[in-house]
Amino acid sequence: MNSSRAFQRIYTRLESITKATVSLRAQGVSNDELATVAGRLAQVVKIKGELVTLQVFSGTEGIPTDAEVYFFGEPPTLNVSDALSGRFFNAYGEPIDGGPAVEGEKRQIGGPSVNPFKRKQPSELIPTGIAGIDLNNTLVSGQKIPFFADPDQPYNQVMAMVALRADVDKIILGGMGLSNDDYLYFRHAFEEAGALDKIISFVNTTDQPPVERLLIPDMALTAAEYFAVDRNEKVLVLLTDMTLYADALSIVSNRMDQIPSKDSMPGSLYSDLAKIYEKAVQLPEGGSITIIAVTTLNDGDITHAIPDNTGYITEGQLYLRLDTDTGKVIIDPFRSLSRLKQLVQNKKTREDHSQVMNASVRLYADAQNAKTKLENGFDLSDYDLRCLDYAKEYASRILSIDVNLSITEMLDTAWEIFAKYFSPAETGIKQAILDKYMKKN
Amino acid sequence: MKSTGIVTGIISNLVTVRYEGHVSQNEICYVHAGDQRLMAEVIKVTGKDAFVQVYESTRGLRQGNSVEFEGHMLEATLGPGLLSSSYDGLQNNLATMTGVFLQRGEYTAPLDHTKLWHFTPLAKAGDTVQAADWLGEVREGWLPHKIMVPFSFKGTYTIKSIIAEGEYNIDTTVAVLTSAEGEDLNVCMWQKWPVKVAVGGYEEKPRPFRIMETGVRCIDTMNPIAEGGTGFIPGPFGCGKTVLQHAIAQQGDAEVIVMAACGERANEVVEIFKEFPELDDPHTGRKLMERTTIICNTSNMPVAAREASVYTAMTICEYYRAMGMKVLLLADSTSRWAQALREMSNRMEELPGADAFPVDLSAIISNFYARAGIVRLRNGNTGSVTFIGTVSPAGGNLKEPVTESTKKAARCFYCLEQNRADKKRYPAINPIESYSKYLEYPEIVSYLNDKISPDWVEKVHKAKNIVLRGKEVADQINILGDDGVPISYHELYWKSELIDFVILQQDAFDKIDAITPMDRQEYMLTLVLEICDHKFSFSDYEKCAARYKEIINLLRQMNYSEMHSEQFENYLRQIRNILDNEQ
Repeated sequence: MNSSRAFQRIYTRLESITKATVSLRAQGVSNDELATVAGRLAQVVKIKGELVTLQVFSGTEGIPTDAEVYFFGEPPTLNVSDALSGRFFNAYGEPIDGGPAVEGEKRQIGGPSVNPFKRKQPSELIPTGIAGIDLNNTLVSGQKIPFFADPDQPYNQVMAMVALRADVDKIILGGMGLSNDDYLYFRHAFEEAGALDKIISFVNTTDQPPVERLLIPDMALTAAEYFAVDRNEKVLVLLTDMTLYADALSIVSNRMDQIPSKDSMPGSLYSDLAKIYEKAVQLPEGGSITIIAVTTLNDGDITHAIPDNTGYITEGQLYLRLDTDTGKVIIDPFRSLSRLKQLVQNKKTREDHSQVMNASVRLYADAQNAKTKLENGFDLSDYDLRCLDYAKEYASRILSIDVNLSITEMLDTAWEIFAKYFSPAETGIKQAILDKYMKKN
Repeated sequence: MKSTGIVTGIISNLVTVRYEGHVSQNEICYVHAGDQRLMAEVIKVTGKDAFVQVYESTRGLRQGNSVEFEGHMLEATLGPGLLSSSYDGLQNNLATMTGVFLQRGEYTAPLDHTKLWHFTPLAKAGDTVQAADWLGEVREGWLPHKIMVPFSFKGTYTIKSIIAEGEYNIDTTVAVLTSAEGEDLNVCMWQKWPVKVAVGGYEEKPRPFRIMETGVRCIDTMNPIAEGGTGFIPGPFGCGKTVLQHAIAQQGDAEVIVMAACGERANEVVEIFKEFPELDDPHTGRKLMERTTIICNTSNMPVAAREASVYTAMTICEYYRAMGMKVLLLADSTSRWAQALREMSNRMEELPGADAFPVDLSAIISNFYARAGIVRLRNGNTGSVTFIGTVSPAGGNLKEPVTESTKKAARCFYCLEQNRADKKRYPAINPIESYSKYLEYPEIVSYLNDKISPDWVEKVHKAKNIVLRGKEVADQINILGDDGVPISYHELYWKSELIDFVILQQDAFDKIDAITPMDRQEYMLTLVLEICDHKFSFSDYEKCAARYKEIINLLRQMNYSEMHSEQFENYLRQIRNILDNEQ
């Protein structure tokens, strides 16, 4: 980050050094201000009298007690302009694609939040062609929703697919602790789709220091706010992997001797995550920021502090799972949820949408019960058997993520499958809707 | 003479101030940062150092910044115009703020000081009055908003003069009161009150003796909440806490609703902003917004103001209660408030209690819940604050400090359950774990039996018992298999499913099903219990399941139909046919 100022305050005597922080005596320093310590970027995190504590993003290995410390007099910034499009940056906003530095207006990252009273209610559907999303958990612009995924699941691939199918003006990728392979995958997927000019990436890979990751979401969202607020564009922000972001938070709070709360996470984890996710917004002038994130789980444990706090902040969550009957990856219809779906279902989609969604999931659940009965060696009723057949067809023709259908096609297919296996009453759907859409066998 | 100080330390929003003169605990101060003034509250004093929590981002603050102490605690401004307003946790009016982003250090007046209100005196010169006595009223929407003797006035006063009926703004002196010492005091239409202190000024606070309808069947029928009572809704994310709270806010039989969105999602508040001005109040036909005040401190707004937001909300409720109104306070979520306390306690390096929460968490929560209640005013009227808070337990585990502390403080427990939510059985309130202590109050029992039907409470217990027995036999059927148990087990199971599907489950997004008035709840419960009492003779369990499914479907269609409409009666006839043909 290039902050050239005519006057810079220089100090050369560190009082203490930990793995992530250094402290020194300095005057006139402001909270959150940036500095360099022995040439490495650092940020003020604590002031106690004249003792100032700095968090060194790339770690403190090899920093001597006589390291030179320069204070910049301002918090981290990003230069914003249309020239951001198509570029790849590191956590400090420096280009990593060999291109020139971006000219533009210098903005502080992590700025203020939108007045809730000035927000608009999200109401625009973002179709993805994936029934697990469009039919069961409809995505709405201005929404924030994570994938809760185990590390072995293809979450980055699914996320890239969702992003490229979604109808948006800009896609901003914030990669935290991305493996080099995944970074190249994203780059390749974007290039292949011919979508590079609408994509901006801020990437911290696994070989780079973990604390640097803390800057990624704010960098990505500052760029997103530029396009959404100043340019009235529809922006989709992809954040992967937020678990690694939270891990970096815990490293810093640990080094600062804070008392950890659940799962050795800092007590402020909820607020820290909310500050990021709540940047998702539908603005009154038409621009919007939609956030799709990835939170990796430990063996599916959603009670861990990171997914747990995330779930309370985001507007739903999506789970991937393997449908064992069909061998296809699906978006789990039971545990996944989009909280904003009712803002568009039956309004921007056909009137039978929500009823079909509920009935199809309920019947799929009955099939799971039948399966359990079968596994426990009980006889299956006629209804159970029909449910099992229904589930197979539902999973392969609608749910599987490699199926690409419009929402109306999904609904028509669902009605067709309902009629094949069930009587109208068994679907539990409102009579008026049944009369109109359920075909008689 | 205001005390002053300078900033000596900063960790996140905890700022250490070296002060001159005197400061008091919880005193408000302003930290000067360039041309901005940032509001803060004293939370600890050690020697000459005051620790203040700043209600805003402390970015750019530096050692040596000057601080000015205000000499009072955080106060709410109370007067006509509170309803249909939207405030942040410090009662800044969100509507009058400039720009799309919340600018740091921008504070806006809670009330409009220019608007004219039609004032009618209710007292006359010569009357003896005390704090909270009514001097006059203005019409706020359709509600008679009482102008009261300020709560802070101690002792008795004689009214020296009172203004004649007419149009005035809130700054107008409407009355002059003479104290016992002969001092004259001017009273205008607004007053201030420290939010952390409960408003008094009433005669007595009896035990709650009547219920408050919410239109939600699994609350009103199964576990009713008393007017002036307290309840809480814990549940993991995705179980429908917020949908349930919004449903209660829309249908609750209260005259004033205060919603405190405390550390929750901004889009949920936007939903209220957008829908409440359009939705009709089912009780008066007016717009919901006219009876609603929103206190909104969403999760991305400054953490310290989260704690303030619930107190600000409660103070506004108590203000309307003193006017003899039925007030409902909904706070979503009190866990976020507890987390704000935790963050601060952590920064002050206090010894932590369980899960790093402050050790006095339980006391703070019970203290807050205790501010709810029904009160008898000195003039014989009653007013009430009913409080329902949500709790967001970490990992959905109810054995955590906030849930446990709240369980001790609240009288109704509406336990949202992941398992029910996964099965889309909404509202996902577990019928067995949940309870209402009010069903044990003899005054409430006789109130219910008087108001609804003489054997109402008996019926409720009967329904609960069927649900409980149904759960037990379901477990046995799962273990022994459908064929391994007698048909009566299947019947019992299906009776509990009948109650579950028809009474407990309710579609919050269906216009008709969303709200069920008490007479309709009575009708449906009576019908369902009559079916439960009906003697069917099933030859096998599959016939039993099929028959009950058919009945459930018909009853659900009834729930979706206008009461006693042709459709409704038609479904009823079909059910009667089934019952008549299967004796």
